[in-house]
Amino acid sequence: MVSQTFTILNPTGFHVRPTKTFVQTASTFPCKITLINKGKKVNGKSSLSMLTLGIAANEEVTLEIDGEQEEQALEALGKLLTGIHE
Amino acid sequence: MTQSLKGIGASPGIAVARAFFLATERFVPARAAVADGKREVARFREAVAVSRDEVEAIRAAAEERFGADKAEIFEGHLMLLEDPDLIDAIEEKITDEAVNAEFALHEVAQSFIELLQSMEDELLRGRAVDIEDISSRMMSHLRGVPHMDLANLTEECVIVARDLTPSDTAQLNLAVVRGFITEVGSRTSHSAIMARSLEIPAIVGVGAAIYDVSENTVMIMDANEGLILINPTTEVLEAYQVKKQKDDQRRIGLAKLKDQPTLSRDGKQVELAANIGKLEDIQRAIDNGAEGIGLFRTEFLYMGRSSLPTEEEQFTSYKFVLEKMSPKPVVIRTLDIGGDKELPYMDLPKESNPFLGQRALRLCLDRQDLFRTQLRALLRASRYGNLKIMFPMIAVLEELLEAKRLLEEEKQNLIAEGVQLAEHIEVGMMVEIPAAAVSADLFAPEVDFFSIGTNDLIQYTMAADRMNENVAYLYQPWHPSLLRLIRLVIQAAETEGKWVGMCGEMAGDATAIPLLLGLGLHEFSMSAGSILPSRELIGQLNQAQWSAYADQALRMRSTQEITQFVEQIRNGVNS
Repeated sequence: MVSQTFTILNPTGFHVRPTKTFVQTASTFPCKITLINKGKKVNGKSSLSMLTLGIAANEEVTLEIDGEQEEQALEALGKLLTGIHE
Repeated sequence: MTQSLKGIGASPGIAVARAFFLATERFVPARAAVADGKREVARFREAVAVSRDEVEAIRAAAEERFGADKAEIFEGHLMLLEDPDLIDAIEEKITDEAVNAEFALHEVAQSFIELLQSMEDELLRGRAVDIEDISSRMMSHLRGVPHMDLANLTEECVIVARDLTPSDTAQLNLAVVRGFITEVGSRTSHSAIMARSLEIPAIVGVGAAIYDVSENTVMIMDANEGLILINPTTEVLEAYQVKKQKDDQRRIGLAKLKDQPTLSRDGKQVELAANIGKLEDIQRAIDNGAEGIGLFRTEFLYMGRSSLPTEEEQFTSYKFVLEKMSPKPVVIRTLDIGGDKELPYMDLPKESNPFLGQRALRLCLDRQDLFRTQLRALLRASRYGNLKIMFPMIAVLEELLEAKRLLEEEKQNLIAEGVQLAEHIEVGMMVEIPAAAVSADLFAPEVDFFSIGTNDLIQYTMAADRMNENVAYLYQPWHPSLLRLIRLVIQAAETEGKWVGMCGEMAGDATAIPLLLGLGLHEFSMSAGSILPSRELIGQLNQAQWSAYADQALRMRSTQEITQFVEQIRNGVNS
């Protein structure tokens, strides 16, 4: 299992569009992807569950990835978490 | 008898029309046992598939009508229709509990709706409506009941509803819908955002009182005031018809100014910019016709976290703003922290007099690691737009020279690393300390611009804490002492061919603007909402004449004399 903490820079937090890109990317990996924010854990392949985290700009999010291709998933998804999406 | 209701004006304007009630009664399905779980799942999948086709059609229509930006919400809906935690969970419930699809859908969707509605973030509470939207669509297909379509409205009306879903607003027939009123919601809810982009008046968060309005009642909605008048008398109705006409004209007039340059009546051009403190403020600045960002406060990057932002994080944010505004200028102020603005992870010492203590540039010059990181991020972002760097809280020339030296060092370091930078980056300073204002001529050769920060300049000039109510009377932006300092700064800059901006509250104030224009200020940076009214105001003013008036004002004895003087002239001009 790999895990890393990121700070969200996107001005509107992690809402519809970034979540969409995130879930689409997450879904291409076979491994189990979990997001942790403010003490809550959710499935990184569900946009609905990610929404219930209410990730705001400047918040810290921990990505926990377990299974096949976990390193590649961590790199790809970490980039998405810290990027700015219009 | 005229009855009135209050709500939150979410999109400005006035409308007069009959009420159309959007039925919002929610269907609560009963639990029923199902013998053939496979068939029930298949029936549910069919409802999902039909819903997906419909949402895709709405998305395509919305994209055509409002652009990709506004259609984005439906991309989210399409994703929800594939979401494992929603769709798979419903199917599992049907199979595991051997229940009907309607019940399983209701239970699972409701649990998410309740979860979102209980959240503190207003924006996220608003997202519950997305799930309501798609689940009621799936529900109507399961039940074989048609989904209400607002595109079919044919009579002029104001829509009254509990809330409007994204698919409701996307399909509004704007030929007849004059505005809408909702029981729930806030300025940031989806329906409010849509109303502003459709430019129709909206009042949200009225509460359960909306159910007292009966269908077809004539009502006036004044969204500028968040006021709703039901069954108005003929006199009130007539008064509002006149008010509406004036309001519409004013709005059309202001909207026309959005992409216009800011010119005084006698043709002197100035620049109106916006102050922003978060990345999300940029859109509002653009929507309100900002000619640049006159003050980008970078503190938000440092607050609410457990460690300093990295160079990369800062670079991403600066690049975003610069690209978004390009080719318009963006003045980014280096970190203004310390004193009363604390960062727990930096462990700054408590000061007995924080406003006179080690804040802003004073701290940055001491903690050079922190400052150099920010400068590097700024320099790296410079080639993505029109960057101007501004240093806050400078009292003496040595501070400016030291800050410039560090900037130059980092510039050379980056060039040596092969990083591409903008060819020319303007460097300026805030003028918020009287020492800097009275000796502006010493600084002028060393900067490209000054920006006067009035909030601090007033408190330091008057030696009056702006938070202390007992000395609040000394907060006098139009006092001769302030105007004289401003003139000194502008004169010093003009001698050297440099420009002067202002980024305090005063720059957007209708009483101050004529005097500032008269004193020769080049750039006014204010909150986004003040830009268009200020552009309109400047268009009515004769700069040369106000230059003479400003000279007179500088010789007056008090704030009161000056404000009365300005008002008298303004009223004369308007009559």
